[in-house]
Amino acid sequence: MQGGQGLQTSQSTPETSSALKGKYVFKNSKVSIMNKIMPVLLFLCASVSILTTLGIVYTLVSETINFFKTIPVFDFLFGTKWSPLIPPKSFGILPLLSGTLLITVIACLVAIPIGLASAIYLSEYAPAKVRKVIKPILEVLAGVPTIVYGYFALSIVTPVIQWIFPSAGIFNALSAGIVVGIMIIPMVSSLSEDAMSAVPRSLRDGAYALGATRFEVALKIVVPAALSGIVASAVLAFSRAIGETMIVTLAAGSTPNMTFNPLDSIQTMTAYIVQVSLGDTPHGSIEYGSIFAVGMTLFVITFLLNILAQYVARRFREEY
Amino acid sequence: MNIFQDANRDQIAGRRRMDFMLHILFVVATSIGVIALCALIIDILIDGVARLNPDLFTNFPSRKADGSGMKSAIVGSIYMLLIMAPVSFIFGVGAAIYLEEYAGKNRLTRLIQLNISTLAGVPSIVYGILGLAIFVRLLSLDRSLIAGALTMTLLVLPIIIVSAQEAIRAVPKSRRDASFALGATKWQTVSRSVLPSSMPGILTGVILAMSRAIGETAPLVMIGALTYVAFLPSSLKDSFTVIPIQVYNWLSKSKVEFHELAASGIIVLLALLLLMNLSAILLRNKYQKKGL
Repeated sequence: MQGGQGLQTSQSTPETSSALKGKYVFKNSKVSIMNKIMPVLLFLCASVSILTTLGIVYTLVSETINFFKTIPVFDFLFGTKWSPLIPPKSFGILPLLSGTLLITVIACLVAIPIGLASAIYLSEYAPAKVRKVIKPILEVLAGVPTIVYGYFALSIVTPVIQWIFPSAGIFNALSAGIVVGIMIIPMVSSLSEDAMSAVPRSLRDGAYALGATRFEVALKIVVPAALSGIVASAVLAFSRAIGETMIVTLAAGSTPNMTFNPLDSIQTMTAYIVQVSLGDTPHGSIEYGSIFAVGMTLFVITFLLNILAQYVARRFREEY
Repeated sequence: MNIFQDANRDQIAGRRRMDFMLHILFVVATSIGVIALCALIIDILIDGVARLNPDLFTNFPSRKADGSGMKSAIVGSIYMLLIMAPVSFIFGVGAAIYLEEYAGKNRLTRLIQLNISTLAGVPSIVYGILGLAIFVRLLSLDRSLIAGALTMTLLVLPIIIVSAQEAIRAVPKSRRDASFALGATKWQTVSRSVLPSSMPGILTGVILAMSRAIGETAPLVMIGALTYVAFLPSSLKDSFTVIPIQVYNWLSKSKVEFHELAASGIIVLLALLLLMNLSAILLRNKYQKKGL
């Protein structure tokens, strides 16, 4: 920006601008003020995102430190009993972690094979017309609110599971896990498909010219070439499943169990946070603090996974 | 010679069979997602259509399922949308303009950009914790409409910023050059040339972000959007409820009638989302037709 209040076109040289200054200074003073103020205002808008992150980190850290003043860190991280509301109170997060892990593993067992197969189909097999129909449908699936998936779990998936395994309870990890898996299929398939369509046509043509069939091209050429993107999509899906809240709150129950039996009722970290905030927990109580400690654990895990996904996508990308 | 040819033919036939079988496998896998969506919609329609009557829109929730409605939830959702849309639009688009048009290529810019993509991956319930600590407690807004709307604004901001950035980036450089050549300043160029031509793309992104917010439940449960609200919020500081919370409330009751109510609540929610998505698609089509 040259010389204060003048006519400020970015192309004008200092001489022309000073020559025009006297003539246009009043006419353009509003313009010139806007030119000075707007970058600052816009920067403030952008800094909201930084403030959000700082806010998240600050609230989680400060309340978690408070919490650890009463409950030793070691007991929290390695305790095997989570009983925050009923005395004798105990705050060992392992049952919540194992519950979360169980849901996430089931979800990934559903979502990664199906999502990857859909991605291969859409990118390598499907005619353009079919792709034009299927892709929006998967997008719709991604846009369905999680509360609706929760309803789906309770009204269809759980009865089917109880019919197959009569020993399963109304609330079980399997039902919630499968539905979380269905929810993240679109995420795996669209991210993997993006990675596969970025593989250059010439690689496929080369393989076809050598007489390869379509599945050989897909599995031996395209998938290996797009592997970094595919792995990144799987990691992101894993992280998304960990943070999923309403489906597990509704369908997986609220019994913190150290179990890997998918037919049992369990509780995830997210479901615990919801359970406490639904009750009338007084501000400053130990239960109130436990929300933040669990939230902190959740935040750290998903944050690390997201960083890992970005790292994998960048570090192992094949450049052509 | 003949033997080799036969062996070769067998091998090729085998690979072709393999290709055929995998093709079927991939089609089946892809259709699972489609089938799940159909099953979900049909199930909800069957369960919910019976209670989809005017009571649902005109009555407040009550202890008895018969005649119970979700007027307060529908109004709450709309109010939240009305607060959230302008606030998140201003901050989201402002941030996008800054990053695309003004920001220098330095560490600060990279940090902001990285930060936005990280925020997009933070679980929604963590935003709820943030809202509870900052808006509800620290700013003592209590469990109010404004606290909920601000929490949801923070949640959707990263989505809006990223889509607005894409829309702004799609504006060809020649447009900016033309504007500068006519003697326009930077801000004149941005506000009168770049923004108008990227507006359809930006609005599409904002609408999609709003439809994400309308369906979110977890953060609002955290900040304490009440599950039983038998009045309409009349000021920003009033307590409120929204459609997904009302649905959650009905779902957590054990009686079947309440589950039917939940299903009809979901139909209303999905109809609202469909409406919003349709407008986003129409906007996108119009935008593509103009070729800009």
